[in-house]
Amino acid sequence: MPDMKTPLADKPESPSVASQPGLSPVEREFTVKEKSQWQQAARRFLRHRIAMVSLVLLLLLMLFAFVGPHFWQFRYDDVSGNDTSQAPSLKHPFGTDNLGTDSLATVMRGAQQSLKIAFSIALLAVIVGSIWGVVSGYFLGFVDSVLMRLADLLLTIPALALAGALAHNTSGSWWVIALVLGGLSTPYVARVVRGVVLSLREREFIEAARALGASNTRIMFRHLIPNCLAVVIVNATLLVAAGILGETALSFLGLGVRAPDTSLGLLVSGAQGAVDTRPWLFYFPGIFIILIALTVNFIGDGLRDALDPRQTRQRR
Amino acid sequence: MTSADTQGTTPVATVPGDTTPDVSVDKRGPRGAAGGQEPVLSVRHLVKHFPIRSKGLTRRKIGDVHAVCDVSFDIFPNETLCVVGESGCGKTTTGRLVLNLVPATAGEVIYRGQDLTKLSFRQMRPLRRDMQIVFQDPFASLDPRMTVNEIVAEPLRIHGMYGKNNVGRDTIRALLKQVGLNPEHGNRYSHEFSGGQRQRIGIARALALKPKLLVLDEPVSALDVSIQAGVINLLEDLQTELGLAFMFISHDLSVIRHIADRVVVMYLGKIVESADAEELFRRPSHPYTQSLMSAIPLPDPIKERERQRILLAGDVPSPVNPPSGCRFRTRCPKFANELNNHQREWCVNIEPPLEEKFTGHTAACHFAEVRTDILESGGGPTAAASPALVKWPTGVPTDEQIQVPPVCMPKSPPLMPQRLSDDVIVDAEGELVTQGEHG
Repeated sequence: MPDMKTPLADKPESPSVASQPGLSPVEREFTVKEKSQWQQAARRFLRHRIAMVSLVLLLLLMLFAFVGPHFWQFRYDDVSGNDTSQAPSLKHPFGTDNLGTDSLATVMRGAQQSLKIAFSIALLAVIVGSIWGVVSGYFLGFVDSVLMRLADLLLTIPALALAGALAHNTSGSWWVIALVLGGLSTPYVARVVRGVVLSLREREFIEAARALGASNTRIMFRHLIPNCLAVVIVNATLLVAAGILGETALSFLGLGVRAPDTSLGLLVSGAQGAVDTRPWLFYFPGIFIILIALTVNFIGDGLRDALDPRQTRQRR
Repeated sequence: MTSADTQGTTPVATVPGDTTPDVSVDKRGPRGAAGGQEPVLSVRHLVKHFPIRSKGLTRRKIGDVHAVCDVSFDIFPNETLCVVGESGCGKTTTGRLVLNLVPATAGEVIYRGQDLTKLSFRQMRPLRRDMQIVFQDPFASLDPRMTVNEIVAEPLRIHGMYGKNNVGRDTIRALLKQVGLNPEHGNRYSHEFSGGQRQRIGIARALALKPKLLVLDEPVSALDVSIQAGVINLLEDLQTELGLAFMFISHDLSVIRHIADRVVVMYLGKIVESADAEELFRRPSHPYTQSLMSAIPLPDPIKERERQRILLAGDVPSPVNPPSGCRFRTRCPKFANELNNHQREWCVNIEPPLEEKFTGHTAACHFAEVRTDILESGGGPTAAASPALVKWPTGVPTDEQIQVPPVCMPKSPPLMPQRLSDDVIVDAEGELVTQGEHG
């Protein structure tokens, strides 16, 4: 009878553990569901509260910028002449400017252009810069000298002047600005990545990979770049913010995106004189610039923590 | 000591000294070419010099670090060859040269009739399946961004052996189990493990390709003593199971005594003595080996107090500018205390060749002599020496014998003879000084 009792007593205590017949509780193997590296990283990211809030917010911002214009009754290039310089109301939630263009429509369009430019700059600079830096730092010697002197050369070029000149000649398309600003930000990323790689390449696990027969490409892309990720992501988030500001500066100088097209930078600079009289023209696009920069930075923080396996502490 | 090859050595421990030479002949038999067993890997006259460059723009070569100089040895299947020596004597560099991880300056590493030092990285890749390395530092040798599964899978992926349909995953689980890890922990990261567990991961990674030769670069020196034993036993079991050849690099003589079949003792980039482990630990004949042996702590405090210790004076000379002749002479107690100036001229002027001084026992010392009073058994009956095969040199070396370039630098100018007059003595720091000047 006492033999019968034991399993009965056990059951309510551990209902979730799949009981394997014939194994005592000690021998029973703990089974953990196998998760890939990316699944684990995704789980860590989902737990990062600020980053998740920021991600949702940024996605909403993107919806607002890219999908919103299709559902809004006014267009950003609509210069009807009616309802000029109106304060925010139900009909024009963000007010209107002196030409009667609806501010909500211009902010949507501006956010769209600014996001496109900023993300293109960051992506271009980070991808090209990482490869540039890792090749330079891994091979050293002649390759390194050539690549780094080229980086020095590019860094001496005033980015805004070049972007302005090029954009001016190509009628201010957003992708030209993105390409030039992104290209000229690449050396910054390359130099930072190279610095990290220089210390990483002397670590034993790189030699271990070589002893296994790993090719240079494999070492660079499977070992060196993942270990540079923290630096790369921080740089990427900074570049998104810098990209928006760079585009703003160009537009302010009249060399960036040009009317009738618009961008957040152009809107802010255009409304500078109206801060006191029609503040809605200045503050709404301004808030959007801040929102984009902030959310991107928080997402970057979250990504950095999620991709660092040593980070087990939960952030709130 | 579980490998088939070493079973022959087990009786040696109990056999009295007079029959030991016969046993060691038997033991050498199956390993030699006559016995038909080919070495897994042969190293011949390996030299590695690291250039020292000047600062500034030109980066002119201003000297060489003589890391490894004229090293030769064979590794046989199912055998543990231990390389022992103090820090900076070139043991790790030798291990990396064997795997062609650093390019050799001169010499050959022969594997299956191919000289590895001549192969490019790409040509080397298929051969890397057969030779793997376990690193010293289990904290640095695993990529911190990879899970254990990824780390162990990497060699399989590189060599296209990962396979599909969970074949690779099952291989990895089997490997983890083999080295005593729980396969369920495969998706953890290396930093979540203890040192011993990490070293096991490193061993699993090295075993993934089923190598024939494993270079173990001080695999246990970074671990706690209690964990060392576990890892060493694991290595021995794996050797029995898989028939691996080990090149075991270590500075820990107790570990070596436990695991070694043959031992190579290095000092300042050169092999000074090499013999079967039993033979070497019973009858060290090079003064350096003797001083190492006298440093092994004895568990018995009375014996420990009574036995004689050989203390070496001074530091290891700079490998940039190694001493002429015998590299050990600046610290050699024999050179300082026992030899006369005629004999010292041999040490100062001529590099002692590594030759078979006793049966199955090579030493690079002109005046090699078995000394057992420093050992635990302290000159008991087991210590009877086999007869010396090479006589000590007599007289002084001639100019022709001296005026040859150093072995590791055949292109450099020949050495100038250095003659020692009667008033030259060796001072406390091991320097040669003329008595008159000294006071």
